[in-house]
Amino acid sequence: MDAMATEKLIALTGMGVRAGGRWLVRGVDLSIARGEIVTLIGPNGSGKSTTAKVATGVLKASEGVVSRLPGLRIGYVPQKLSIDWTLPLTVNRLMTLTGRFSPEAVAKGLEAVGAGHLGKAAVQNLSGGEFQRVLLARAMIRKPDLLVLDEPVQGVDFAGEVALYDLIKDIRNKTGCGILMISHDLHVVMAETDTVICLNGHVCCTGTPEIVAKSPEYLQLFGTRAAETLAIYKHHHNHEHLPDGRVQHADGCVTESAEHHGHDHEGHHHAG
Amino acid sequence: MMLDDFFYRAVIAGVGLALVTGPLGCFVVWRRMAYFGDTMAHSALLGVALSFLMGVNLTIGVFAVAAIVAMALLLLQRQASLSTDALLGILSHSTLAVGLVLVAFMSWVRIDLMGFLFGDILAVSRLDITVIYLGGIVILGLIILLWRPLLASTVSAELAEAEGQRPEAARIMLMVLMASVIAIAMKLVGVLLITSLLIIPAATARRLSATPEQMAVIASLLGALAVIGGLSGSLHWDTPSGPSIVVAALVLFIVSLMLPIGRLKGESHVRNW
Repeated sequence: MDAMATEKLIALTGMGVRAGGRWLVRGVDLSIARGEIVTLIGPNGSGKSTTAKVATGVLKASEGVVSRLPGLRIGYVPQKLSIDWTLPLTVNRLMTLTGRFSPEAVAKGLEAVGAGHLGKAAVQNLSGGEFQRVLLARAMIRKPDLLVLDEPVQGVDFAGEVALYDLIKDIRNKTGCGILMISHDLHVVMAETDTVICLNGHVCCTGTPEIVAKSPEYLQLFGTRAAETLAIYKHHHNHEHLPDGRVQHADGCVTESAEHHGHDHEGHHHAG
Repeated sequence: MMLDDFFYRAVIAGVGLALVTGPLGCFVVWRRMAYFGDTMAHSALLGVALSFLMGVNLTIGVFAVAAIVAMALLLLQRQASLSTDALLGILSHSTLAVGLVLVAFMSWVRIDLMGFLFGDILAVSRLDITVIYLGGIVILGLIILLWRPLLASTVSAELAEAEGQRPEAARIMLMVLMASVIAIAMKLVGVLLITSLLIIPAATARRLSATPEQMAVIASLLGALAVIGGLSGSLHWDTPSGPSIVVAALVLFIVSLMLPIGRLKGESHVRNW
């Protein structure tokens, strides 16, 4: 089991991608083991998506070495997936998009993300949070070795964001798959992330969320304010500070302050 | 025997074609390839002219030219100096115009231009029917065989590719299938009306379907209904057959718009988080 846990699913060494006469990203070293969560952060155009695409094999690296475990099965949750109204697609049908699965497996997969009641719904009618959950279930039904999530909480409200991160953590704990996650929200890196890789055309810094938050390169790239607000989600973290100073709790209620809700201060998120 | 009557021959040929254009038309609608299909269809006239010029089989000539135009467009898109929209406009009209000019030059052959532009379904022979059904079975068979990868790459090329499929191959396959449908459909409905048989039944089927598979089957059935209705109308009122089929398809589409919203499938769901 220990050998399983440290087995590298994928490793990029000195990886670079050149397109249109310039380097999109260069000198990336990255590896993901089973059960490991690696998060890529960085500003727009820093090469996060490019790096993820090389990892999934959609893009070819122009330089460096990319090694993948033979027969590596990848589950992918894309950043943007707008399904045209002209395409009638129920959630159940979406689940079997790239593979054949029994109705029982589909129902179980949806149940696992708390979307068991949505099977017959049209995907165009789902809310942002529901859609992301369904996309997660769709990627997981393939029993992937590696789950790649591109901005998994995009278009999801705050309470949904926390719930989604919890769900992703559960998935990792239950299935032991490796997870590569992209986040452009610099202030939010989940506590369960083992390694944060901060990109800006190259790797600025690498380490646990705590180490990256304190590294000079990170501070230079995003400023000290970003470091202060680099939120690391804790379990009991359940509220957000609104711009006007009030506090919105996960259950939706808004209070004047967070005083009567015990919380630990490294774990909050400032809206706006 | 039914095949002895020109009307029944037309119905049998038209229904065979509609069964194929249904599922293929769904992809045209889902992937927003309507104008693309039009461009390929317009290039069919160039295919006709070149076939006469080089003495090759008409169906094969039309298929080849339509496929070449499709591939040319793919290559031009990669250069990306012009928008796809403008490229389609250029290819669509220039191939049609070059075809018309070539036909005018070939004074030694008599070409029924109207027949190619608007179709002459009442003139289909038993051989035409054989070609339609054999070609149709091959095309439908390929669509069924490749259904999952074709659909997956339609929903998201990126996702399909990340999970080990080949969306670019699916795209080229669809173009080849479209070129073949255009080649066998040209004689029936003409180059100017082929895309309507792809798009209108599929668009009509959308409001009656909850899954892609349902939409494909319903589009086939609606297309067949439009052929039967249009040809019957054409016989009754002595109207041109190709356009009458398109008008019948349009009538079905308008009727589908009148279905009450509550009847729409896969639409009812209460958001709860």
